[in-house]
Amino acid sequence: MATETLTGAQALIRSLELLGVDTVFGLPGGAILPTYDPLMDSKKLRHILVRHEQGAGHAAEGYAAASGKLGVCIATSGPGATNLVTAIADAHMDSVPMLAITGQVNSFAIGTDAFQEADIVGITMPITKHSFLVTNAADIPGVMAAAYEIATTGRPGPVLVDVAKDAQNAKFEFSWPPKIDLPGYKPITDPHGKQVQAAAELILKSHKPILYVGGGVIRAGASKELLKLAELLHAPVTTTLMARGAFPDSHPQHLGMPGMHGTVPAVTALQKSDLLITLGARFDDRVTGDVKSFAKGAKVIHVDVDPAEIGKIRHADVPIVGDAKVVISMLIAELESQMKTTKPDYEDWWVFLNGLKERYPLGYNDTDDGKLAPQYVIERIGELSGPEAIFAAGVGQHQMWSAQFIKYERPNSWLNSGGAGTMGYSVPAAMGAKVAQPERLVWAIDGDGCFQMTNQELATCTINNIPIKVAIINNSSLGMVRQWQTLFYNSRYSNTDLNTGTDTIMVPDFVKLAESYGCLAIRVEKIEEVDAAIKLAMETNDRPVVIDFIVGRDAMVWPMVPAGVSNDAVQYARDAAPIWDGEE
Amino acid sequence: MTQHVLSLLVEDKPGILTRVAALFARRGFNIQSLAVGTTEVEGVSRMTVVISLDGQPLEQVTKQLNKLINVLKIVELEADSSVARDHMLVKVRTDSSTRSQVLEAVTLFRARVIDVVSDAVVIEVTGDSAKCQAFIKVLEPFGIKELVQSGAIAISRGSKSMSEKVLR
Ligand SMILES: Cc1cc2nc3c(=O)[nH]c(=O)nc-3n(C[C@H](O)[C@H](O)[C@H](O)COP(=O)(O)OP(=O)(O)OC[C@H]3O[C@@H](n4cnc5c(N)ncnc54)[C@H](O)[C@@H]3O)c2cc1C
Ligand SMILES: Cc1ncc(C[n+]2csc(CCOP(=O)(O)OP(=O)(O)O)c2C)c(N)n1
Ligand SMILES: [Mg+2]
Repeated sequence: MATETLTGAQALIRSLELLGVDTVFGLPGGAILPTYDPLMDSKKLRHILVRHEQGAGHAAEGYAAASGKLGVCIATSGPGATNLVTAIADAHMDSVPMLAITGQVNSFAIGTDAFQEADIVGITMPITKHSFLVTNAADIPGVMAAAYEIATTGRPGPVLVDVAKDAQNAKFEFSWPPKIDLPGYKPITDPHGKQVQAAAELILKSHKPILYVGGGVIRAGASKELLKLAELLHAPVTTTLMARGAFPDSHPQHLGMPGMHGTVPAVTALQKSDLLITLGARFDDRVTGDVKSFAKGAKVIHVDVDPAEIGKIRHADVPIVGDAKVVISMLIAELESQMKTTKPDYEDWWVFLNGLKERYPLGYNDTDDGKLAPQYVIERIGELSGPEAIFAAGVGQHQMWSAQFIKYERPNSWLNSGGAGTMGYSVPAAMGAKVAQPERLVWAIDGDGCFQMTNQELATCTINNIPIKVAIINNSSLGMVRQWQTLFYNSRYSNTDLNTGTDTIMVPDFVKLAESYGCLAIRVEKIEEVDAAIKLAMETNDRPVVIDFIVGRDAMVWPMVPAGVSNDAVQYARDAAPIWDGEE
Repeated sequence: MTQHVLSLLVEDKPGILTRVAALFARRGFNIQSLAVGTTEVEGVSRMTVVISLDGQPLEQVTKQLNKLINVLKIVELEADSSVARDHMLVKVRTDSSTRSQVLEAVTLFRARVIDVVSDAVVIEVTGDSAKCQAFIKVLEPFGIKELVQSGAIAISRGSKSMSEKVLR
């Protein structure tokens, strides 16, 4: 094999290029400086200089979630690396394929509390799929290829590669492809045929099945197969917060989102079902509520690429380890053959479900203070932008409303932080998504609280010509927390006031802030201004746009199942609420 | 509480012990003992982990361990088809009046005295954990000054080797 003498740093950049990476988000510092030098000459890699490493991490996540490809971020040692931690944890919770590269102090200085030394491998051990500390330049190609492999296959997740400075500087004979040495890593993608057969039998015996669809279907790129399966069976579908868009919202078989803020039809259907056909979902507590009383009468088929998810929370009657796309395809074939003799009959089930859909559609009321209804604003953004757009939400009420009132028709169009619930995700994730899919309209739908955690990436967007649109759903408060205070703490609003509304001291003034970052900034307070502002934002592509939507602060997210309570106690709206004890 | 003996073949990579131990801590699994050392295969280490589970299924433990990239293979060693041994070193207080009683216990348990001074002896004993515990009980009245235990190491009976299928 032909070799070439390269430094570790050059090898790192070359490896990224050869792995097909085209974009990296990062910010340099001492321990990663050697790598930034050859990076400058790379024709294949676009480096986007962020303003905070957390932004680089979330941008890599947004890039990955929008495109299905690996997202890459780079930081220096010590504080640079620790600034990535939140984003790495976020990617771990939401199974995002991510590669985090960090510089480390010289190998001979490791362990001496050297300048900007942090044991980032140790710090991130519980929040990465795997990590590598590289102290030898010659290991770089093999480690990079292994990291790529681990991050993108099986259950995707973040992988950290920490490279000592002297390993970046040392020269060695580079060759490609390297040997990937991962004897302990064998993700299972093809399921046991017998299990698929058993699943099909169970499905055809059931009377009240539901397809409980999770983020794994999106990671697997299995939406087409899912649609075929659902229509073959004519079974109802529910998509978790992480799976919004995996199945078209416009489809009559779609009941909406399950869980704490799910639709009444979806929550109730799960509770009354006799068979959960679980596809790439992990029985999260936001979905199940009190686990013991969750879908008590249901048998469970559980499809997941990660064997450890199966039986972790809920016993599976038919466990199937495999890639969702492969499994669903096999299941379709198996069902088609079994259905020659046995036909599914879910008519009575649909009578019940259609009744629920009719009685309990998603809805909202006007605000009491005459301000804009946040749900209306979000609904209009969705309607005017259409299903080809990408929406990246922050965390809080605006996130839930974005999940509820925007209609998703395709996978990878809804980006959010589900498992970790990381405030600050939205702006950098939208930036990453726009870089990955420049031809798409990309919205960050953010809260006034979240926006203040990572809005400095607007500078990155302006300077690098990444024209995202930001809709701040400004209720002048940490709204989601405030909602819990309203419901469970006698409306005692301890430290949830942000003073960003028009009737406050307005610190900061988001319009002025956005203008100083070079954005087009618009404030919207009246209903008749909403559409015009959204359209103007959509037409403006020479710079980012920020719209400060001043909305009512008392609006609440409904339906709701209080934390830890049985899903049988789902509340359609506050008035429809029997007495429950608040907790947490 | 149920007790299980797990045998893990792992790649001999830096940090592997931390990864395994941290996983136990994070997932709330109780480690009773953990012994680690090299094996007949270069680059492969073997860990014997004794865990006690309170309600959690063992399956969750092995599945989570299997997710560690450097873990090659896990088997549960059941008591009736395997041998488990602890190695223990004890320093026991003795004087002229008690020494013979201590030495009698040593013989009875097929232990060995490896150091003797006027007021103490150091004893080594090997056996399953029940035997070691019983031996401690017997020695306690004399005064145990120091006790070190290796933690169990275990191997299956018969001719099969755990590393057979793992290594390409
Ligand atoms: C404020 C707030 C409120 C929330 N409220 C709700 C709510 O009301 N409803 C709700 O649903 N969620 C809600 N969540 C989100 C919740 O916390 C979880 O993140 C979410 O429910 C988990 O989604 P999931 O089960 O689809 O699993 P994910 O986290 O998306 O996990 C994906 C699963 O698929 C598997 N997988 C990955 N790739 C593949 C593949 N190729 N093939 C097969 N399997 C694969 C993985 O191993 C994993 O088990 C809320 C979050 C926040 C922050
Ligand atoms: C980093 C972080 N800190 C704290 C929280 C707890 N939290 C969840 S939602 C929320 C309020 C978010 O406020 P805002 O961005 O204004 O959104 P809103 O709920 O008002 O729509 C808070 C503080 C969190 N999820 N993440
Ligand atoms: Mg707010």
